[in-house]
Amino acid sequence: MEHSLLLNACVYLAAAVIAVPLSKRLGMGAVLGYLVAGILIGPYGFKFIGEAEDALHFAEFGVVLLLFLIGLELEPSRLWALRRPIFGWGGAQVGLVAAVLFGAALLAGIDWKLALIAGLGLSLSSTAIALASLEERNLMPTPAGQASFSILLFQDIAAIPMIAIVPLLGIPEEAGGGGNAWIAVVKVIVVLAGVVIGGRFLVRPLLRFIAKTDAREIFTAFALLLVIAISLLMQSVGMSMALGAFIAGVLLADSEYRHALETDLEPFKGLLLGLFFIAVGMSVDFGVFLARPAIVLGLVAAFLVLKIGVLYGLSRAFDMARGQHLQFALILSQGGEFAFVVFGAAATARVFSEEVASTLVVVVALSMVVTPLVLMAYDRLFARRQGAQGKKGAGKADDIEPNEDHVIIAGFGRFGQIVGRFLNVAGVKLTVLDHDPDQVDVLRRFGFKVFYGDATRADLMRAAGAARARALVVAIDDIEDSLALVESVRRDYPELPIFARARNVTHYYQLMDRGVHLIERETFEAAVKLGRSVLTAGLGQSAYRTRQTADKFRKYNLQNILAVYPYYKDRDTYVSMAKRGRDELETMIARDRKAVEDETGQDWD
Amino acid sequence: MTAPTILVLYAHPAPQRSPVNRRLAEAARAMPGVAVQDLYELYPDFDIDAEHERSLLAAAHVVVLLHPIRWYGMPSMLKEWMDVVLRPGWAYGVDADGETQSLHGKSCWLVTTTGSGPEAYQAGALHGHPFDAFLLPIRQAAVLCGMDWLAPLVLHGAAAAPDPVIDAHVHEFTRRLAGYAGQTATLEAGHGA
Repeated sequence: MEHSLLLNACVYLAAAVIAVPLSKRLGMGAVLGYLVAGILIGPYGFKFIGEAEDALHFAEFGVVLLLFLIGLELEPSRLWALRRPIFGWGGAQVGLVAAVLFGAALLAGIDWKLALIAGLGLSLSSTAIALASLEERNLMPTPAGQASFSILLFQDIAAIPMIAIVPLLGIPEEAGGGGNAWIAVVKVIVVLAGVVIGGRFLVRPLLRFIAKTDAREIFTAFALLLVIAISLLMQSVGMSMALGAFIAGVLLADSEYRHALETDLEPFKGLLLGLFFIAVGMSVDFGVFLARPAIVLGLVAAFLVLKIGVLYGLSRAFDMARGQHLQFALILSQGGEFAFVVFGAAATARVFSEEVASTLVVVVALSMVVTPLVLMAYDRLFARRQGAQGKKGAGKADDIEPNEDHVIIAGFGRFGQIVGRFLNVAGVKLTVLDHDPDQVDVLRRFGFKVFYGDATRADLMRAAGAARARALVVAIDDIEDSLALVESVRRDYPELPIFARARNVTHYYQLMDRGVHLIERETFEAAVKLGRSVLTAGLGQSAYRTRQTADKFRKYNLQNILAVYPYYKDRDTYVSMAKRGRDELETMIARDRKAVEDETGQDWD
Repeated sequence: MTAPTILVLYAHPAPQRSPVNRRLAEAARAMPGVAVQDLYELYPDFDIDAEHERSLLAAAHVVVLLHPIRWYGMPSMLKEWMDVVLRPGWAYGVDADGETQSLHGKSCWLVTTTGSGPEAYQAGALHGHPFDAFLLPIRQAAVLCGMDWLAPLVLHGAAAAPDPVIDAHVHEFTRRLAGYAGQTATLEAGHGA
């Protein structure tokens, strides 16, 4: 048992490791690579793995994780703001596509029940494939990406009543009885209430407690446990695991541990989604396909043409960049993983014959394989057309959602807090990252939006929305961390302006080395200010004159620092330069002082 | 001792270099009933406390502007002071509560110095216009606020003024200041020496 598990893991991982880079190299994207790997190792390829179904079942958890992570991104308020695209566009897409497919099937002389279920099932798209394709092309922030996302979310919701009504169309099951239905509804309500209340009052304190123990792997373990437990709970009352995970994600979206959860679950999601794609590849039943190749191919073609046509027509109604309409239609064109479930349910309810069900499953699986291929072709053509027009993808930054304009503050200790409070008063939207759970807790009580996590992790910066930030304030205590963060941000987000706190002059230089220009020495201004007080309140000097002296001191001091910069790596030169600089500074200030003293009433009466 | 009824707004960016204005400020400081606001000393970062300044203005009945003339006008601090303190609806115009002109009926007295002698202030000379022409904006500002414009006290050629001239100027300043404070008699007696 264990042996075969490890062996299977070995086969899956090897297939992924070989196929995905190869596929990306050939410009086909990761999704297609996984699918091809699945076909190759599956029952119709080299037969390394016999049971596709088990893998598919297990890998569906990748979709669950995906939806949990999507939920984490959507605070209830944002979800509410998206209600129109979700229900408007989503409803229009599912309704129209299902209606057109239903009509076409009726015209082809197919029984209405069959046509209805097939139309409904095929109107759904694959969240996994569509989202992966969007992310691969960095299209999520664009209107096409947002529309796709809203529609996919609606589909996930719509799938539940679909799965529920399928049995009603079939041969009535052994009398369920009204009492049972009532109990089921009550169960759902109780579980949902439990998740909502538990999420608020149990999960957050637990997360905080676990974060405080500072054992990263336990935090990860808890994150996984949380998602699995909620999913199983949802499933036990007959809800979709994915939707349950989504709700759990939304409930935790405004928690301070959101980014940490995202960061920790991301790799699992990636691997499991990969496994899911492999399993889809494996489950393409070439037996069914080979038995009636013409019918299957004809169905795939007809299905895709109709669905792409309707989606393209719909996209005209959305506010989208020119040239994105077709891409949007292609991205959502395939049948989705819910179709498997809907058809499975239909077969169980004996609305479908096994034969019809397996044929439709092959159609869906093939449409999933076709999507990355068609998108690749589209990319090629589009790139060529763009190339002919000159600039590539110019103006994409304008597509960023305006409400994403925020400033990220990394490190919210004594320094970062002052920056943050000040910016907050000035009405700037802030995203704050700090890795001290106690600190996070205290600050949240003061109404700050603070997230727990290690800012130096590139994935956390991505989760924090660095791509959509206006500026990054690096206020971390630790010099090593500060430099590591600056390096990774410079590499990943070369356009993001960095404003850094320098702990000392060497740190200042190291920041300069990494291309940061807006740097403040953390203690300098406060020290100068106190010096001014000594001169005025302590020694009775004129306040305004003291200010002028301080301004000069600051200016010369900075000049001196910049002058020494080229030599700071050479210790001996550095020391002598610094000493010379200090002497020069003294001379300069003495000269100024003398100049001031020499001027008797020459300029002011 | 009664609360000061004369407010001196003293604005000099380099008092240590001032031969005349500093002496005038010191003289004013020594007088009862006179409060001196040394603006450059109080607000070296130009972060004027407008609310506080308005309360001082409200309590005074004579406002003295004591500063040198530079580039035909007041030092930048005093202009900033005007900009932030003399708020529309408070100093002039009508505010939300229907109150108007908090400075109405008070007097404004300009005490200033110039580097050039009086001969430079005429048509065809260095500055091209009579000195009064340069006072038009500040004078109108006082009128706009409903204040009485008192005859300015000006010392031309202050930089080169010999000590006796400065002494006489300071004396004239304190005499008039005491007069405005309603304490002329007391002061004359004390100043006999």
